[in-house]
Amino acid sequence: METLVVALTIFVLAIFVGFEIITKVPPILHTPLMSGSNAISGITLIGAILSAGAKLTLLTTILGFIAVVFATINVVGGFLVTHRMLKMFKRK
Amino acid sequence: MYNALINLSYLIASALFIFGLKGLTHPRTAIRGNILGAIGMLLAVVVTLIDRQIVGFEVILAGLIVGSAVGVILAVKIQMAAMPQMVALLNGFGGGASTLVAGAALIETVHVRGISNAQFSIATAASGIIGAVTFWGSLVAFAKLQEILSGRPVHFPGQLLVNGLTGLIAIVVGAWLVFTPDVMGLYWILVVISSILGILLVIPIGGADMPVAIALLNAYSGMAAAATGFVLNNNVLIITGSLVGASGIILTQIMCRAMNRSLFNVLMGAVGTGAGEGRLKEEAIYAGKVKSASPEEIAMLFDSARRVVIVPGYGMAVSQAQHAVRDLANLLESRGIEVEFAIHPVAGRMPGHMNVLLAEANIPYEKLKELDVINPTFEQTDVALVIGANDTVNPLARTDSSSPIAGMPILNVDKARSVVVIKRSLSPGFAGIPNPLFAGDNTLMLFEDGKKAILDLIAALKES
Repeated sequence: METLVVALTIFVLAIFVGFEIITKVPPILHTPLMSGSNAISGITLIGAILSAGAKLTLLTTILGFIAVVFATINVVGGFLVTHRMLKMFKRK
Repeated sequence: MYNALINLSYLIASALFIFGLKGLTHPRTAIRGNILGAIGMLLAVVVTLIDRQIVGFEVILAGLIVGSAVGVILAVKIQMAAMPQMVALLNGFGGGASTLVAGAALIETVHVRGISNAQFSIATAASGIIGAVTFWGSLVAFAKLQEILSGRPVHFPGQLLVNGLTGLIAIVVGAWLVFTPDVMGLYWILVVISSILGILLVIPIGGADMPVAIALLNAYSGMAAAATGFVLNNNVLIITGSLVGASGIILTQIMCRAMNRSLFNVLMGAVGTGAGEGRLKEEAIYAGKVKSASPEEIAMLFDSARRVVIVPGYGMAVSQAQHAVRDLANLLESRGIEVEFAIHPVAGRMPGHMNVLLAEANIPYEKLKELDVINPTFEQTDVALVIGANDTVNPLARTDSSSPIAGMPILNVDKARSVVVIKRSLSPGFAGIPNPLFAGDNTLMLFEDGKKAILDLIAALKES
């Protein structure tokens, strides 16, 4: 129960931080914001790595493997494509 | 001590993500921000690899290699105009990964170790539902944007009821899982039901409403990651998931506000259904009033102009006209004409779509103006050049309170001295209504594909 309250506290505070920062992102950067935040949400990768590496059962290893593939596509594809886009935004 | 070290590293990673997002608040700092985020991710992954639970690396390594290869190919090959599809696909993979991780954690914790508590089972159910909805919803959005499926909204009788029931069944099965997490296979039944829900939720959303769907799926993918964080009791997942969830929710709100519609209205795909009535009015609005012009005539208009505002819409993306538009803007500027771009928040198929295309064509970002900034300047604008936009410049939003786009903030191009509209035909936009702008006294229509029209205009300008 106690860990749940701690986790909830972190959850709620992080949402506030998110709202504060994201409302300041200008519309011209909304697409990179989506792809970039998307890449960050691939953080599930660390959960996937634990499942794939713990090898508790065959099923969890397979699930972990697919999850590592999915999350890595999300992370690598997301950061790279965001970088590619942001490089194009130039001043006069 | 060992765990403390891992958790401290996760804290640093979370801080880097926050700095990274903060960097995205300005184009100058955005690249650095994105790199900071990537470093945070690398740190989190490396630290996880030294976790004691891990007994072998070959499966992890194989997954990382396959995923990286696919990710790199996608990121390098994708065209800027196809960015909405790309983001939809990436959202989907993130959501899918969350569902699988929660499923694996359920087996490990309940079936192998035989432990469970309320937080764990509630979070697992949430992760299963949100992740599967995100995965399948994103795949449908991808297929629609890639035109594998029709981009039109799909409606069937009793849709609301069917969607509502499917959602209800998902919640009931989810609750069942919460109370009996040890029932084998129940989680996967929940995932299948949620997958159907994900498909049902996105099929009624079409065309110009896609920015909302993409933003919402972005929020879902964040929430799925946060739910998985509760499953694993992992703070970096919770923090990151809620950051991304907040981001998606804000973008969804911005998109809905830019269309003056409620989220529910968009999700039901309720726009443009009263088409029978609109047909009649179309005749009255267009009859004998639409003036078509040649590129030469329009070039003459530019010759006497001092300020031009270019208004791109989805049509510019479809015809890949952004590079030609850049050449036209440069040509006009070389003749001392002030050129700016007016960007409607929902122009295109995702938030910021037009900005990315114009940036790709090397148009400096200072020239890309938001709706609130550019609207007061149309009265001092000699020519407003509309390329493949329709509903976002439709004055009916201001004048006709019974219109489906009533109250939607539009770009007031009709206030400019002259308006040139490049469009292939008079066919209505996504809202399915006629546009009195095309019949305006000060409007000239150039019926042509976007790119070809711009190239013709450039040729005509160079001759004159």
